[in-house]
Amino acid sequence: MNVDLSQFHQTFFDESFEGLDAMEAGLLGLDPAQPVDPETVNAIFRAAHSIKGGAGTFGFVEIGGFTHLLETLLDELRAGQRAWDASLVELLLQCVDSTRGMLQAAQQGEPGGADAALEAQLQQVLASAAPATGAEHSPAAADPACTAGWHIDFRPEPDIAQQGNDPLRLLRALAELGPLDVECDTAALRPLAEHDAECCPLGWRIRLQAPVEEAAIREVFAWVDDACELQIRPSVDTADGPGSASPGTASSGTAHPGTAKLGDDVAAATEAPASGAPANAAPTASPVAAPAPTPREGGGSIRVGVDKIDALINLVGELVITQAMLRQRVQGLDPVEHESLLGGIGQLEQNTRHLQEAVMATRMLPVDVVFSRFPRVVRDVAVQLGKQVRLQTSGEGAELDKGVIEKIVDPLNHIVRNAIDHGIEPAAERTAAGKAAEATLRLSAWHQGGHILIQVADDGRGLDREKILATAQARGLEVEPDLPDAAVWDLIFAPGFSTAQAVTDLSGRGVGMDVVRRNISSLGGQVDIASERGQGTRVTIRLPLTLAILDGMTVRVGQEILVVPIAAVIESLQIEPAALRSLAGEQGLLQVRDEYLPLLRLDAVLGYGASAGSTAADADAAPRLAVVVESQREKLALVVDELLGQQQVVVKNLETHYRPVPGVAGATILGDGRVALILDVGGVPRRPPVSTAA
Amino acid sequence: MTATANPPPAAPAATPVAPAATPAVGEAAEGHTQEYLTFCLGEEEYGVDILKVQEIRSYDTVTRLPAAPSYIKGVINLRGTIVPIVDMRLRFAMAEARYDEFTVMIVLSVAGRIVGLVVDGVSDVITLADTQIRPAPEMSSKALDGRFITGLGALEERLLILIDIEALISGEALGLVADAAAETH
Repeated sequence: MNVDLSQFHQTFFDESFEGLDAMEAGLLGLDPAQPVDPETVNAIFRAAHSIKGGAGTFGFVEIGGFTHLLETLLDELRAGQRAWDASLVELLLQCVDSTRGMLQAAQQGEPGGADAALEAQLQQVLASAAPATGAEHSPAAADPACTAGWHIDFRPEPDIAQQGNDPLRLLRALAELGPLDVECDTAALRPLAEHDAECCPLGWRIRLQAPVEEAAIREVFAWVDDACELQIRPSVDTADGPGSASPGTASSGTAHPGTAKLGDDVAAATEAPASGAPANAAPTASPVAAPAPTPREGGGSIRVGVDKIDALINLVGELVITQAMLRQRVQGLDPVEHESLLGGIGQLEQNTRHLQEAVMATRMLPVDVVFSRFPRVVRDVAVQLGKQVRLQTSGEGAELDKGVIEKIVDPLNHIVRNAIDHGIEPAAERTAAGKAAEATLRLSAWHQGGHILIQVADDGRGLDREKILATAQARGLEVEPDLPDAAVWDLIFAPGFSTAQAVTDLSGRGVGMDVVRRNISSLGGQVDIASERGQGTRVTIRLPLTLAILDGMTVRVGQEILVVPIAAVIESLQIEPAALRSLAGEQGLLQVRDEYLPLLRLDAVLGYGASAGSTAADADAAPRLAVVVESQREKLALVVDELLGQQQVVVKNLETHYRPVPGVAGATILGDGRVALILDVGGVPRRPPVSTAA
Repeated sequence: MTATANPPPAAPAATPVAPAATPAVGEAAEGHTQEYLTFCLGEEEYGVDILKVQEIRSYDTVTRLPAAPSYIKGVINLRGTIVPIVDMRLRFAMAEARYDEFTVMIVLSVAGRIVGLVVDGVSDVITLADTQIRPAPEMSSKALDGRFITGLGALEERLLILIDIEALISGEALGLVADAAAETH
């Protein structure tokens, strides 16, 4: 039988990346100075273990080999044969990164070998401190922790089968280690009539008659050790066993001579951080990890491809349109005669709306998905810069669309790095200013209306007004010295702007904030900065909850209906002929109060023009209505023929089957089934296309 | 959204034609055959690989696209998917035919893209053996260059122009795909 395993690759990658994230979170949560929570270590170990297993199954030899080393090290840590220290955590984090890199390479189908230096380092660490209590590599016979046999008491939790584990399979796996005497404890078993078939009320007392290592037995139970009571004792009744004298729990976590040496080795082998910070600076960054991963209530989740969800959303969108059509059709009917039909249609409308909301909700993810990567970012950046930063997060539960989440990661990353690099002062400077040496960086998220707000706040030195103004002048930007603060802060979003004294590896190349603002406004969001000198800076990002639905203003241009995103609309107004100003002989400017805005005839610039359809009256008449829109700090007045209303529209991608069209962000389907284009306010061409003939 | 849901009258009825039309020699060594959907544009008859045809629908109101060449009529809503519509008569620089209730669109699914072609009418489905297909002659027509013609199918009195729809749609010939210059915009 030849099964094509490649169909499972994606699942393997998804799960492995999740596993790596879990390892990372666990490692960051560890404080080597404190007693380590065995559950955290187990979680880290299990993640490494399943990546190794999967890599082996799918034939990713390099990944399997590397994670095997990782697993071995983690196993020693788990068993208490090694003590944790900061450099070990650092090394393991590097291994996580390296594994992630290898997985990504494998996913792309590229050859990606293990990082040889890192692998050597791992080997060296493993070899350097062969634990006195007996490494796994030593022959079993010489291992004092080995006995001729073992007593195993195994009592799984009643819901073990629901977790996908089968006790029988575990027993069979044990039987492969050696001959078994198994005694089943049926004390908790209820009469057949009361028995819940999905429950497993059994326990087993097992005698394993084989001189195997305790670790080998633990390995069998590795998948269930958080879902059962497990006791493993060496058999004492086999008097001739070589290990009968030694208690099986020899490796109880006492420090052994190797540990100190191990720490030095790692420190020596680790490359000194680029910033020149001493290696022992590592613990100074102490991101406050979420207390302990809170178990999800309400039980379980399933993994569904995004394409399936999107197909569902499409279908519901169709249903909404059909429902709107039905409603239109029955509007003229006599309400008395057709009472039950109209009642049914009303019910349908309500159900459809609930269904749409429910389906949309399946695309929503908690913002924690983004936040969870920042403990690592903050730690790394802080270590590199030799600063002391403490990260606080709040509002991780706030949900937003998966599409938005994916696109917010980079801008947020940039803002956080900027905050640590530019905003937060070195510890000495902070102490001198009377602040706590350890800076606080707060990441928070909350809902407001139909938006989500994400804020990055630091308690650093704040923005420097004079410096920004000076830099702006040096860059040739026109600035008034008495600009209000908000306008000054806005300057840092100008392209090429950077006030950092030195360009660092992290930020300060001046390609930053303008890109951040552009990315966020392409999501229909806004960025705002508030800053207080000496007190800190707050950057607030405001985003729509979803990209799939947009609040739009529907307008008619000629015979076409266009949707203008409400977020971009400032006002709509009737054009007074007196307010029109010509520019180079054309009606080019519209005076709105004390501003002159470029006036664009949408039908002309979009190339609808004279080609067909638009009535002569529309084309010739003086423009009557304008919608004033703002995009990227620039205002435009768009001439339209009629304002039709406001509605929520479902955004469809035009580029799936067509090329990108300048000025068009997408399309949507109106209540009557027709397609309407959604205007890309920032991309509207300024002049009519030269020729549409091709 | 009118009654556009029940498309091809042609397909099932036409299949029995195939064996009769295929000469007996078609069963010989080079007996590889392929089915084509035939449609007409003015006086000419064209054929496309039937496996690329997703459905046939009557012509629907389209939404025009800005800055599009004249033969791209616009986009329609095909059960929630936004699909561009190409008028083949305009593309092949024929006289613009009027749109009436007999105007049909052939919806093709090619290389992951969906596109609708407006044609004068769909005729039937025919089976052609390799032996019945002649190589396309050198053509100097500006509208349809030889690259997009896989061959000429001879079927008794009829001459079928077989279109390589994949090349036509994926290439820049229809302007459906962004060229490199447009992508960087």
